Amino acid sequence: MLDDTNAKPLVSVRDLKMHFPIHAGLLRRRVGEVKAVDGVSFDVMEGETLGLVGESGCGKSTCGRAVLRLYDITAGEISIDGVEIGQMDQSRLRSKRPTMQMVFQDPQASLNPRMPVRDIIQEPLDEHTNLSLSEKREKVLELMDAVGLNRKFATRFPHAFSGGQRQRIGIARALALNPKFIVCDEPIAALDVSIQAQVVNLLEDLQEKLGLTYLFISHDLSMVRHIATRVAVMYLGRIVELAPREALYAEPLHPYTKALLSAVPEPNPALAQKQRVVLTGDVPSPSNPPKGCNFCTRCPVVQDICRTDDPETREVQPGRFVACHFVTPETTTTADPTAGPRSQELNQQGEET
Amino acid sequence: MTDATQQPDRVRSQWWDIWDQFKTHRGAVIGLGFLIFITLFVLLGPLLWQVDPGKLDIRNKDMRPIYTILWDSEAKVSWAKPLGSDNLGRDILANLMQGGRISMAVGWTAMLLSVILGTLIGVLAGYFKRLDGLLMRFTDLVLALPLLPLLLVMMLLFRDSLRATFGPENGIFILIVVAIGITSWMQTARIVRGDVLALKEREFVLAARSIGTPSRRMITRHILPNVLSPIMVSATLGLATAIITESALSFLGLGFPSDFPTWGKILFDSVDRMTNYPERVIWPGLCISLTVLAVNYIGDGLRDALDPRIRGQ
Repeated sequence: MLDDTNAKPLVSVRDLKMHFPIHAGLLRRRVGEVKAVDGVSFDVMEGETLGLVGESGCGKSTCGRAVLRLYDITAGEISIDGVEIGQMDQSRLRSKRPTMQMVFQDPQASLNPRMPVRDIIQEPLDEHTNLSLSEKREKVLELMDAVGLNRKFATRFPHAFSGGQRQRIGIARALALNPKFIVCDEPIAALDVSIQAQVVNLLEDLQEKLGLTYLFISHDLSMVRHIATRVAVMYLGRIVELAPREALYAEPLHPYTKALLSAVPEPNPALAQKQRVVLTGDVPSPSNPPKGCNFCTRCPVVQDICRTDDPETREVQPGRFVACHFVTPETTTTADPTAGPRSQELNQQGEET
Repeated sequence: MTDATQQPDRVRSQWWDIWDQFKTHRGAVIGLGFLIFITLFVLLGPLLWQVDPGKLDIRNKDMRPIYTILWDSEAKVSWAKPLGSDNLGRDILANLMQGGRISMAVGWTAMLLSVILGTLIGVLAGYFKRLDGLLMRFTDLVLALPLLPLLLVMMLLFRDSLRATFGPENGIFILIVVAIGITSWMQTARIVRGDVLALKEREFVLAARSIGTPSRRMITRHILPNVLSPIMVSATLGLATAIITESALSFLGLGFPSDFPTWGKILFDSVDRMTNYPERVIWPGLCISLTVLAVNYIGDGLRDALDPRIRGQ
């Protein structure tokens, strides 16, 4: 999977911006905007899992929802399965919905408390297929089998299920239309650890069986390491680093990624690193991001240029994109023994064609 | 658990579960019992007690109810008029039945009208952001109007034309129902709008949007079932208000014509002789309050029964 040359992107996002207006004052005038997602670009290859990590409030969930056009995006291009949906209006988008589905964070809130499970899973079928009622019912039972729910529970209501079972209902609903691309918006954040593993394994099994492509949003770095093929790190509405999983966890390049990974607890005390990168201060408000690099207010290696110039995202090693003034192809080639100058050249050429 | 061929629980209509839950609410069951009783009383009563409620019988005026004999052997009572007669000799029992028909009909229709109107406006304002400002300012506008003068003006303006079109009884019925309906939907609209605004941001609505559910089915499938509780509560309160508003209108002489009894009218007609003939106030008053109370309890029980989270616990 690390070899991206064979895979073609299923989802391709370019310069996605999602700004929410702030209205204030007596006349409800627009006084500013929350730049929840501010110029994000990434590709998700067919059959891979792209992990999207970052701290709370950095715009991960908004990004995932914007990619599915649950919001009307401010700017940018989104193409899914070769179709540009960035500015498509919602009624035309409706026919595209079956290709892309979403699994939500809070399994309690994402199921209508007044609908029995059968109707919840059946809703996508009602909307997009012309099957007869008995065919739909049969399909619902198959889906419940696929996600490991007992068929007997079809007529029960969501409140009668545990968190993990509810999340399975949510997954079954997302699978109903045989989608290609599923956005998993922190699907495990609301579950306890033993159930987390079950749900993640279920997601992996389904990916293998059905050839799904995931955008896996999470703040759990260990879980992302387990499931993701490539990982994108977000900070304050931007992607600061995008890299294959192994490379990113072995050697983070962006100062924020370094700080983030050093915060992951290490169960083995012998392996625990002595030095932690501890960030000070708070995340700046997304309605008023700092000038220059978004991370300049908290970066441990900040320089003057960071406060004036916005770093552009560069491919510093094959398949590794970093947005930092001080991480350049020159600085990393010496630092990283695995990536010689030759392979890097090849890939840069490959990207241009 | 392991048998994958198991079929879902036996298909039992959801309504049976609702009925089972409803039965556990004692107040609601008593309320339902009373409501059935009073409905039968006003609907079938006149068939059994065939006395013309409008018939004047001056010789037998001011009769006391039959039970007065228990403590006052001098009282003027007769089995022919078990609840007595009024100052024109009209039979009070027959009047209660006939008046109940009108009061209940006015109450239910006006309540339905106001709930439908309020829900419609509330859902539209809450769901469609573009309509919100317009519809809510309109609601504020109607809320700011002084109700009783408005009703009086409406009566004066439309009474004659409606009477001419639909006949004196139907015309005034339509006028009263519409007048009460369109002046009492505002609270429902506001409550429903607030709930819809909150529901709209819930994740299951977002999930439905990611499926591609269009707005119309989003409202009927996801929004309406979840705002059922406040609608139910305002409906039961609405029935009470409608019956009482109708009484007030009759009292002001702008409701039904004088030979057309309703509970409210019987009550108000007897107020000035209340000290001498308390039963003429007590019986229609009891009818109004017990009906309203019964409907409130039923609404309470229904609200619990319709909520799957409470049901079955």
